[in-house]
Amino acid sequence: MVVFVLRRIGIILLTALTLSYIVFALTNLPSSLGKLAKAEGSVRMSDEEVARWLDENGFGGSMVWRYGEWLGLAPGWTHTDEAGVTRGRCLEAVKTSDTPDAAVSEYCGILQGYWGFSTVFKQPVSEVMARSLAATGWLMFWVMAVMVPSSLILGVLAGMREGSRTDRALSGVAIVTTATPEYVSGVVLIALFASATAGVSPVLAEWGWISGKTLFPGTATSAMEKITFMNFFLPVMTIALYGIGYIARMTRASMTEVMTQQYIRTARLKGVSFRQVVMKHALRNALIAPFTVIMLQFPWLLNGVVISETLFNYKGFGWTLVQAAGNNDINTLLGCTVVAVLVVLVTQLISDIGYVFLNPRIRLA
Amino acid sequence: MMDVLTWGQIFTRILWQLLPVWGALIVIFTLSIAFKRRLGLYGRIFDSTVGMIGFALVMFWVFIAFFADMIITHDPYSQVSGMKNILPGMPVKNVKEGVYQWYLLGGDHLARDVFSRAIMGAREVLIIAPFATVVAFMVGITLGLPAGYLGGKLDVGLSFGSNLVLAFPVILLFYLLVTPSVQESAIPTTFAAILFLFPILFLTLLFNSRYFTNKAQRNLYVGIVLVFGLWAYSGLAFNADPLGVWSMSPNILNVFVSVVFVNSPGVFRIVRGMVMDIKTRDYVAAGQTRGEGIWYIMLWEILPNARGPLIVDFCLRIGYTTILLGTLGFFGLGVAPDSPDWGSTINYGRRLLAIAPHPAIVPALALMSLVLGLNLLADGLREESLKD
Repeated sequence: MVVFVLRRIGIILLTALTLSYIVFALTNLPSSLGKLAKAEGSVRMSDEEVARWLDENGFGGSMVWRYGEWLGLAPGWTHTDEAGVTRGRCLEAVKTSDTPDAAVSEYCGILQGYWGFSTVFKQPVSEVMARSLAATGWLMFWVMAVMVPSSLILGVLAGMREGSRTDRALSGVAIVTTATPEYVSGVVLIALFASATAGVSPVLAEWGWISGKTLFPGTATSAMEKITFMNFFLPVMTIALYGIGYIARMTRASMTEVMTQQYIRTARLKGVSFRQVVMKHALRNALIAPFTVIMLQFPWLLNGVVISETLFNYKGFGWTLVQAAGNNDINTLLGCTVVAVLVVLVTQLISDIGYVFLNPRIRLA
Repeated sequence: MMDVLTWGQIFTRILWQLLPVWGALIVIFTLSIAFKRRLGLYGRIFDSTVGMIGFALVMFWVFIAFFADMIITHDPYSQVSGMKNILPGMPVKNVKEGVYQWYLLGGDHLARDVFSRAIMGAREVLIIAPFATVVAFMVGITLGLPAGYLGGKLDVGLSFGSNLVLAFPVILLFYLLVTPSVQESAIPTTFAAILFLFPILFLTLLFNSRYFTNKAQRNLYVGIVLVFGLWAYSGLAFNADPLGVWSMSPNILNVFVSVVFVNSPGVFRIVRGMVMDIKTRDYVAAGQTRGEGIWYIMLWEILPNARGPLIVDFCLRIGYTTILLGTLGFFGLGVAPDSPDWGSTINYGRRLLAIAPHPAIVPALALMSLVLGLNLLADGLREESLKD
């Protein structure tokens, strides 16, 4: 078990390293760097001036070397101009940190805890990431709190009696929600509940049931300060809907399979009530597969988070990623990649380990 | 001045506009149901209600894309003054003779007809999604078969590569691959050069292993594949077709390549898993004893026996690709600003949701119904193929 986990962690680190290098290479394309130079310097720079600016700001040298600087395996760049003022990666790192007077070290990459400086947010990337991850953490928490129980209940209810009317109705709902990507469900939800001209809001407003113009607000910006049911309901539902259908279908499939097992029939024939059979005999075995599915849903949830945060203007991880990618903010993008990839891989690892604990028939070498 | 249409009138007029689609659907359903016993797996779709509903939804959109020029009421790109964000069923102002007199589903933020744009959007999606999925399948199959069958270092390497892509958040990948600066670089062409090679490779291996003993026939089939394949390849990947028949705009190529790239690792995984299961069967051992070549065993013994789950996955994956294309449009990646594709229409429409929801709702429901149809069709196929 320990060997298995260690090997998996090794693969995770290798994957994160490879992917971060790919992102590094793709964000450091010569044309993107040219744009960056013109944005930071001046728009009317000639090609030679751009090349000099890049050289003086640590973008010269080979790609591998600069990646090493970012990682903290190669010494950070320094440049002293004609006036004798020295600038450098590590000087910036110290200047933007909480202790601007600390000694400047030679190495300063993510291994030393310096994630670089964001060109879009004008802040150290670590601060940007901490803020946005906290915001997204709450979103994810509520999505999980809504998605997991409801999808498991739906799936178990549908799979309890295969082919019954409940099963057909619930499966119908599930298949519709899995066909609804987040940008569709988000738009439909806003039109239904947060539009002053369509959906239920105008009717409710006319009856005097709601004080404002719309039932729910169309943005979740206010949730950055205080999360309430009103400002968080739509973004959470936008993400959760797709997952509810998907997990419910998996739970149903697993439940129907368990319900045809011999031991369920034996229990029924011994006179145990249907309710008891479902709760005591079927449920635990039926929930192994959905557990894995829920864990493997994380990469998709990450997509949902990006769309939902963009749609509702909630400044979390997804919103940050879109801003960084749209403006070629190299350091922030790299930070986002590392975090996203680690989340995906760690959840995969948890799902593998959890599977072993839930299913005693499986042993890992 | 014409009257404003009621919802009932709008509905009948849309049904009327879609007349060619209904005709084609009726023809295809009567023919298919009449001959369903002779049509194999395709015919068995008509035994399951779910499958039939799914098939009807998918064909509905396919025919809409096909007859789009006949169905649209206005030019999807032209703007009519005074029709900005106009509600569904409003008459067109200062209408000329011979022009359709209403905006059936209203106008968008640039005063274009929402109905015609949604119809044209179907064409955008249905041109790219199925072909991208086919290419992704050929890449996945060509790599997954040897990885599963031979195992060893090849399997370890390819699996690591596919896990790399699968661990990447799709949206981040799109933001990195579908940008103007990437489009200027050689990356899309390189990707296209590699990925488009796989269909040719797949078909060549397929025919070469099948007709290996009959040289004349083999040379004919492989020759045809190579001539047509390389001709299309030169045009699609390098935009260097000497006859100018095959070409792809850099925008579309970029989108196409990224979608294929995102999809193929998933196909690879499924194929690899199934091959590892099937290769232990007796008929594979029998083939090995007969001295069949490995590509013959993989392509003609194993692959046909894996077709059921692959066909189901193909349907689901076209749906997934449709969602991905919508995502790209939603973030404004790789599409022309005035493109009528559903994703970017939703993106422009969402900013005005509070006052005029229809420009976003119409393409949103269109996209949903197409994906729903594909999912239902996959469900029906799965049900029917399990009955064997």
